[in-house]
Amino acid sequence: MNPFTLTRAESVDAAVRDFSGHDSSAYIGGGTNLLDLMKENVARPTHLVGLNKLPLTSIETTAEGGLRLGATATNADTAWHPDVQARYPLLSQAILAGASPQLRNMATNGGNLMQRTRCYYFYDLATPCNKREPGSGCSAIGGYNRIHAILGASEQCIATHPSDMCVALAALEAVVHVRGNGGERRIKFEDFHRLPGDAPEQDNTLKAGELIVALELPKKGFEKNFSYLKLRDRTSYAFALVSVAAALELDGTTIRDARLALGGVAHKPWRSPAAEDLLKGQPATEATFRKAAEASVEGAVGQGANDFKIELARRAIVRALKQAAAGGKATNVFNNSNP
Amino acid sequence: MSSTTNHVGKAPSRVEGPAKVTGAAKYSAEFNVPDLVYGYVVSSPIAKGKILKIHADKVLAIPGVLQVFSHENVPGLAWFDKSYKDDVAPGGSPFRPLHDDEVKFSMQPVALVVADTFELARYAASILDIEYKESTHETDIEAKRDDGHEPGKGKTGYKPPVRRGNANKGLAKAEQHIKQEYIHGAQHHNPMELFGATVHYHPNGKLTIYDKTQGVYNCQQYVTKVFGLSKEQARVVNLYMGGGFGAGLRPQYELFLSVLAALELKRSVRLSLTRQQMFSFGHRPHTLQTVEMGTGPDGALLGLKHSALHETSRFEEYTENVVNWSGMLYKCPDVHLNYQVAALDVYTPLDMRAPGAATGSFALEVAMDEMAYAAGLDPLEFRRRNYAEEDQNENKPFSSKKLREAYDEGARRFGWDKRPMAPRATKEGNMLVGWGVAGGVWDASMQKAAAKATITADGKLTVSSAAGENGTGTYTIMTQIAAETLGLPMEAVTFKLGDTTLPEAPVQGGSWTAASVGSAVKSTCEALGEKLLKLAQKLGDSPLKGAKFEDVEFVNGQIRLRQDHDQAVVLRDVLQTSGEREIEADSSAMPNPLTMQKYSMHSHNVVFVEVKVDEELGTVHVSRVLNVVAAGRILNQKTARSQVLGSIVWGISMALMEETVMDHRFGRYMNHNYAEYHVPVNADIRDIEVVFVEEEDPHVNPLGVKGIGEVGLLGVAAAITNAVYHATGKRVRQLPIYLDKLL
Repeated sequence: MNPFTLTRAESVDAAVRDFSGHDSSAYIGGGTNLLDLMKENVARPTHLVGLNKLPLTSIETTAEGGLRLGATATNADTAWHPDVQARYPLLSQAILAGASPQLRNMATNGGNLMQRTRCYYFYDLATPCNKREPGSGCSAIGGYNRIHAILGASEQCIATHPSDMCVALAALEAVVHVRGNGGERRIKFEDFHRLPGDAPEQDNTLKAGELIVALELPKKGFEKNFSYLKLRDRTSYAFALVSVAAALELDGTTIRDARLALGGVAHKPWRSPAAEDLLKGQPATEATFRKAAEASVEGAVGQGANDFKIELARRAIVRALKQAAAGGKATNVFNNSNP
Repeated sequence: MSSTTNHVGKAPSRVEGPAKVTGAAKYSAEFNVPDLVYGYVVSSPIAKGKILKIHADKVLAIPGVLQVFSHENVPGLAWFDKSYKDDVAPGGSPFRPLHDDEVKFSMQPVALVVADTFELARYAASILDIEYKESTHETDIEAKRDDGHEPGKGKTGYKPPVRRGNANKGLAKAEQHIKQEYIHGAQHHNPMELFGATVHYHPNGKLTIYDKTQGVYNCQQYVTKVFGLSKEQARVVNLYMGGGFGAGLRPQYELFLSVLAALELKRSVRLSLTRQQMFSFGHRPHTLQTVEMGTGPDGALLGLKHSALHETSRFEEYTENVVNWSGMLYKCPDVHLNYQVAALDVYTPLDMRAPGAATGSFALEVAMDEMAYAAGLDPLEFRRRNYAEEDQNENKPFSSKKLREAYDEGARRFGWDKRPMAPRATKEGNMLVGWGVAGGVWDASMQKAAAKATITADGKLTVSSAAGENGTGTYTIMTQIAAETLGLPMEAVTFKLGDTTLPEAPVQGGSWTAASVGSAVKSTCEALGEKLLKLAQKLGDSPLKGAKFEDVEFVNGQIRLRQDHDQAVVLRDVLQTSGEREIEADSSAMPNPLTMQKYSMHSHNVVFVEVKVDEELGTVHVSRVLNVVAAGRILNQKTARSQVLGSIVWGISMALMEETVMDHRFGRYMNHNYAEYHVPVNADIRDIEVVFVEEEDPHVNPLGVKGIGEVGLLGVAAAITNAVYHATGKRVRQLPIYLDKLL
């Protein structure tokens, strides 16, 4: 970890100004990922802009009937917020499937979007990594890639985005509000994270110095029929091998609207419009779910140690959709297969 | 009056509990001594090669950076290998930190940066520029399948593989026959507490070394030989340990590096490894095993072959007893065991909880399950039919063995008789339910240990021995033994350990501390008792006049005649009228060679497991574990149970999660942190239960104890594997049982 200076910004404008006033700045909220990255010398900012004094902790209903989540509200406060639990239980479930209570108490909503991949090679300076050091190569290709991507990867990078919360946000079509020197703008969630392509060092489409100030959830919360299913190597405090956020709007047994997003499989929460189209207007049956599952993993490519994820994703999608159709009763606490 | 000073066998809470939960208990890297400076280790990014140049100038120019130690500037130290050999070193040439320009394994410590603050040392280490010349490394045991060799003498306690009868002939007679391969990867101990040391440099040049170790004497011996110090110059202390599991048996490199820095800088130094660096030294080796066995018409084992191959380093020949358990757990006339190691460019493996047995019994006990199914027998019944009444490896009777009673008790409590034989027979919703059984055997060892006891006029007893406390309950059981021997309440007794100014004890390993140090404590308190009796007899109208030591007992703060409890004197009166400020005794205990010759001394266990498997998704939940242990006398029901509970969790971990995965292109472990090297969290652990069967053993040692630190781990991973088979019909032979193995 290199020496750094720290200021605690009192306003969003001051934070944005402070960021651009230094050569190598980083925003810090809960620090649950950035501190690890700094200790491992993966991130070497020389100036940190502390965000925890910003007035961005509120969770409020919007004029359009949606919900606005402040960027520095903690993951824990968000997951347990009565409006989130009542109207967006998919989001609550996804947040609670991630990390540990201690981490969720520190981690902020904006920070959750900004967490970086858990690729072993990204964290180890002894090995080449294009995301850490562009042009050095991807060690995960041909290496130990149990936790890596099966969808949307490139020859430069097969890392995955590790968030659970973001998978639900993708399914719910949240909007990210950001503020930079040029003022405020809104980014559709599907446009926020990016695929690695030729620039895996870029996780998202934020411009330099832009700060997330809020996440806005649209009115529709799929509060009746939803499921967040997370599969991992232990029951808690482990990143997803595959996770599924499934949300259905049912008219009797017919699916009126559907959302499906996958975690642990790509450089960003993975949505398949084709799969969602295969669900809409169809009966909520296993046969329908299977078709959607098949379409979701269309084009999936294994890297060796993660080949199993393709079949696991299919099965997880079917299970999650079944649980959603059944009313989202199952919890994710024990991998959705509570004995 | 009934006795209130019988403590042994009861369940008192840990005497050091309040110190631990209030933070008063100090761990090695927590001792605050004046004017500390801080070290940070630089680890090699390559697995093999040479260090061409260490460009330290830039780092040394930073104000507050005191020194960069490396092979380029380490002063002349001890020359011969034997100076670097510790008590439990395997054969070969021990790794010497910062010795020369050779890199022998990935993450080898290649430099130590010392600075005024920890943060500065860490930063300086991160920018230290080192040039390497890489050479080709070999790290994959799979590539050495045909290239292993039977080890030489091995380290202390190593037993060469047993061969008796003619296994091929036995197998040829068999009606049913199985042969399978079993594999597990490397596993690291991963104690919560990082390896660390605080070296207090005193003005007179003497050192007090607070080091994370399971053996303070072992470390003192190492430090004095390597650095040419006298014992008075190097006091080693370890009062508490946040888990060892074998990782602290040998002196780790933080000891060498912190002492080096303290001596060179003439400053007090603190050094703590990082979590990543905890993966840079010994581990349970990646092991390939094959078990072949066959049975006759009645299910009797007619022949058994078990072979194992695991990695060792290029510089030391690590050995553990992997296969010999297969020659003694079940009766079999024709046995051929085979054990080989192969040298790779890795650090030397290191004893890890039940070393060898955890590995070997996994293969044996899964094979036994496979064999039972091939023979059409219930797996527990199959074990009963092949019960070993004596130790066939050594051709000796067991000093005691209540494994059959453990089978009975476990089966009854678990409800084993309700188990359907066929796999896939039980379903609950989405889940397939399976039951499995497995067990193991472990040495009941004893080592020489010494102790000292002092009682003061106010009736306070202090007993000491340089044993270790790695969370096992040493402080508590020794307090119990001492208090009971002299008829005192536990509150009147203080036990001191982990300090080379105290009488010598062996390293804390092999499950031998209770037997070894416990016997020494008992013997020392008895020696003190004899002195107290003599003083009691000097009292004016002593009712004990003429009594021999065997005639009296120490109970409830009194010395009294065994035959007539009214003939008693109060211990405190004896002390206060004696005119002595304190009375002292020391003694030691060692194993009895005659008994050892006559008997095979072992602990046994059997584990019953229930798993629930979501077949579609491959997830396994261990919903119930019952571990029945026959390990002689249990000194403290609470701490003993706690140790076995920990073993069960460990076994679940071994079965379902643990594996240090190496990328052989880099010769480097890649999941080297707590986020990616998985051990269970609370949510993974359900109903776990421990039962000790009564096992009186008059031979094993004066206390009748066998130790329970390791035996509880045996069988757990195999029983889970067997239960997964029973649930799903899928036989997994490579650990861990990740969900993809069941898809």
